[in-house]
Amino acid sequence: MFYREAGQFKVTYSADMAIFPIAQDRIAVLAIVAGAFLLMPFVATEYFLNSIMVPTLILALAAIGLNILVGYCGQVSLGSGAFMAIGAYAAYSFAIRVPELPLLVSILLGGVVSAMVGIAFGIPSLRIKGFYLAVATLAAQFFFDWLFARVGWFTNYTPSGSVNAPRLDVFGWTVNTPVEKYLFVLAVVCVLALLAKNLVRGHVGRQWMAIRDMDIAAEIIGIRPMYAKLSAFAVSSFFVGVAGALWAFVHLGSWEPLAFSIDRSFQLLFAVIIGGLGSILGCFLGAAFMWILPIFLDIALPPLGELVGWKMDKATVSHFSFMIFGGLIVFFLIVEPHGLARLWSLLKEKLRLWPFPY
Amino acid sequence: MTVRVRSFPDVLLSVENISLSFGGVKALTDISFDIRKGEIRAIIGPNGAGKSSMLNCINGFYHPQQGAITYKGVRRSQMRPHEAAEQGIARTFQNIALFKGMSTLDNIMTGRNLRMKTGLLWQALHLGPARREEIEHRREVERIIDFLEIQHIRKTPVGRLPYGLQKRVELGRALAAQPELLLLDEPMAGMNIEEKQDMCRFVLDVNDEFGTTICLIEHDMGVVMDISDRVVVLDYGKKIGDGQPDEIKKNEAVISAYLGVSH
Ligand SMILES: Nc1ncnc2c1ncn2[C@@H]1O[C@H](COP(=O)(O)OP(=O)(O)OP(=O)(O)O)[C@@H](O)[C@H]1O
Ligand SMILES: [Mg+2]
Repeated sequence: MFYREAGQFKVTYSADMAIFPIAQDRIAVLAIVAGAFLLMPFVATEYFLNSIMVPTLILALAAIGLNILVGYCGQVSLGSGAFMAIGAYAAYSFAIRVPELPLLVSILLGGVVSAMVGIAFGIPSLRIKGFYLAVATLAAQFFFDWLFARVGWFTNYTPSGSVNAPRLDVFGWTVNTPVEKYLFVLAVVCVLALLAKNLVRGHVGRQWMAIRDMDIAAEIIGIRPMYAKLSAFAVSSFFVGVAGALWAFVHLGSWEPLAFSIDRSFQLLFAVIIGGLGSILGCFLGAAFMWILPIFLDIALPPLGELVGWKMDKATVSHFSFMIFGGLIVFFLIVEPHGLARLWSLLKEKLRLWPFPY
Repeated sequence: MTVRVRSFPDVLLSVENISLSFGGVKALTDISFDIRKGEIRAIIGPNGAGKSSMLNCINGFYHPQQGAITYKGVRRSQMRPHEAAEQGIARTFQNIALFKGMSTLDNIMTGRNLRMKTGLLWQALHLGPARREEIEHRREVERIIDFLEIQHIRKTPVGRLPYGLQKRVELGRALAAQPELLLLDEPMAGMNIEEKQDMCRFVLDVNDEFGTTICLIEHDMGVVMDISDRVVVLDYGKKIGDGQPDEIKKNEAVISAYLGVSH
């Protein structure tokens, strides 16, 4: 009853091209964003901001990057962890070697470096597809794991190999407290998510999807596979790289190469698949699923165990939560292979017709 | 039946002595013919005659081992598919090659990709030139959507559409490029009478209104004889006839090929 499209006629093409053409959607999204900026900082605990919101938002950004490549352009990648690392170490290098640069610029430059490396590692995609491409990107993952662990220049020759982020000065504003960190990350992620949405609904986004759906037909209507694929690799790696820099600087504060291992790549790939391939909204849902569910299980399992009179020790809890989490992923992929975003749009389709489904 | 007698002086494309083989299979042997500016040219022949292979050679998808193709005065022994597109050649496929995950609108918009030029940064901002360009091309695409009478499926993912409509959307995508030469591979295959009539009307209208040269493959002889100006007949990769529909109907070799007389 409240969710109706009827009567909302679009009289211009720009109105019809809007990201949320339905008024109720627009209002809901604006309300969520406004709440995230204005309400959340006041009601959320420090723990919630630090351990839930900030990492979820950053992972969502990385998932957006990966989704551009996998979900929109149809190129598989198992190396997104490495590209987060490239963004992080490149931003670190800019920050300590060119201290005059504003921090935000260093972070964005981290993304640019990641984009350039992305182009280089995208070149094999011009010849190979699917499983073989996945293996090539896996090679990137191991190569960069090795590089950042072994070559001292990247870590500024710290003996332990662990790196401390510089002070977070954003144009005179020092990002220090959990609330400030949250707001900073939220702002960056919102802006970049909007840019990503614009790209995928525009001309280049259609080229990516054309390559994904049928590369031969795409070439026959004049799309150059090289341009389409490499631009997807570049844009994707940029987003993943910026997310990596944020992860390192804002979320971790100090980090080791292990922070960006193959586990991270899989975490992102699952976030993208569970959220929904080819959906920007889905990236947020998928990232939340991947980050929050294990934390929730860790907290919820011990009391549940005691309910049946079983006192679990820490190791048992983590094993169990790992198993349940894995089981849920599998269950989810079987029940809704198109991801949370698809569930959401099905729900909206039902709502539109409710309460008269015929 | 109206007899269409039209004359076309200028050659748009000419095929000279094309031969194409796949391993031991000779798909095309020494084929020559031309397509004149503004005409509707049909290619007919029994299954496996090499018709689709011929179109694939013209738009650079297959590279013939021998021969050359002269298009708009430039002689080439081969070209890449996207070059053909840049030169104004668009086509549809025998077994539909749409982008299944995209909507009708996006599929047809993609057909205009060669005309969209704004850079990545503008597109990311969705402002200024990028926005203007998007709206301008949307207007063109809406014209095609109206022309093909597919307004109601504008936002539907094409994978969900019935076969006949998919064929129409694919024609729309090819038209969106505003081609000079339009290659249609069995545009009416698998359609009922009504759908065929619609498709015939679209083909004739495109040819009339925009002066687009059309080369089509079709099995329905009624349709071919009705709408085409000249017909090429292939059989086992060889050209066995070439001329106006009336001549083709009387051609002995063609009749025997279609009646299955042994060679
Ligand atoms: N890519 C390919 N690889 C191997 N053989 C091919 C290929 N394409 C076509 N052929 C062969 O070339 C011959 C001509 O095929 P083609 O598709 O051009 O026929 P057609 O006239 O379009 O037939 P139909 O009416 O069935 O569409 C056939 O023998 C076919 O097997
Ligand atoms: Mg064929």
